[in-house]
Amino acid sequence: MSVFGFFDWLAATPASIAVHESRYLYLIVLTVHVMTLCVFVGMAVLLNLRLMGMTLLRVPISELSERLLPWIVAGFSVMVISGALLFFAAPLDKYANLFFRAKMGLLVFAGINVWVFYTTVYRRVGEWDLDPVPPVGARLAGGVSLVLWAAIITAGRMIPYQAYWFD
Amino acid sequence: MSLLEFFHWLEYLPLLVEMRSSAWLFPVIATFHLFGLSVIGGVVLIVDLRLMGYGLTRQPAVQLARDTEPLLLGGLLIMLVTGLFLFLCFATKYYYLTAFWVKLAALFLVLLFTFTIRRRVLTTAGLKTRAIRDRLVATISLALWISVALGGRLIGFP
Repeated sequence: MSVFGFFDWLAATPASIAVHESRYLYLIVLTVHVMTLCVFVGMAVLLNLRLMGMTLLRVPISELSERLLPWIVAGFSVMVISGALLFFAAPLDKYANLFFRAKMGLLVFAGINVWVFYTTVYRRVGEWDLDPVPPVGARLAGGVSLVLWAAIITAGRMIPYQAYWFD
Repeated sequence: MSLLEFFHWLEYLPLLVEMRSSAWLFPVIATFHLFGLSVIGGVVLIVDLRLMGYGLTRQPAVQLARDTEPLLLGGLLIMLVTGLFLFLCFATKYYYLTAFWVKLAALFLVLLFTFTIRRRVLTTAGLKTRAIRDRLVATISLALWISVALGGRLIGFP
């Protein structure tokens, strides 16, 4: 079965139609998705700005990372679950949406950035934990992350506008 | 001139008519409004969670609040400027929306609370004897901010 064929089948399932046609469920899920930005992106922004040497300079980076990570992971989980439900409500619309595709592509890059940072520069965090200005690798990871999340928010916000601009 | 007439006058200023004729300006401003939401959300959360005994518990709450105050003020500035333009684009529609007036009231209350009571409480936060007071202040702060955000989300609903 092709990807399109799978989403075509998914869109025809009673559960997908139920979410799509519901009076309130879709809007509630959308609200949860947007509000969780505060928890997930909000805390990620603080960690990234610290990595760039721009805020909370008296807090060790390892402490900030360890203490915020549970909230960031929880926020990201809510984002993924609510986002998956929004996709599930209209799989074919999203599959055909340029902004949605861009958002998914950017998410992969954001994931790679986190993985590279924690498997390389962060391994030696003990050497620069309290530096007001961390090493260039850490600053770069923070900056790349900020740019990617700004782009991901932008792509997500533009998803409903495809119909106005391109269709 | 009534308030509705004033909103109508604002909405049809030449600049606003020009702005509405652009297909991409409104969503771009709305996107920057979300950037501001993320920054304010993060800053408010780490301080209020700290007051409740979660998150960065090894740091004094007052230090976290002082260090992140430029971010809070920067986020607020982005929110107020972009929010003003979002309002001006459809001022008369918002006049009739209860959610808009609830949001404005909650915003006024939370700004007042943040820069008076919460700021004063932060200077003596973290003492064992003040734990209940600290939690109460954090709860009120979060409840008011959530009201502002929910009001904003409701404004955009069909």
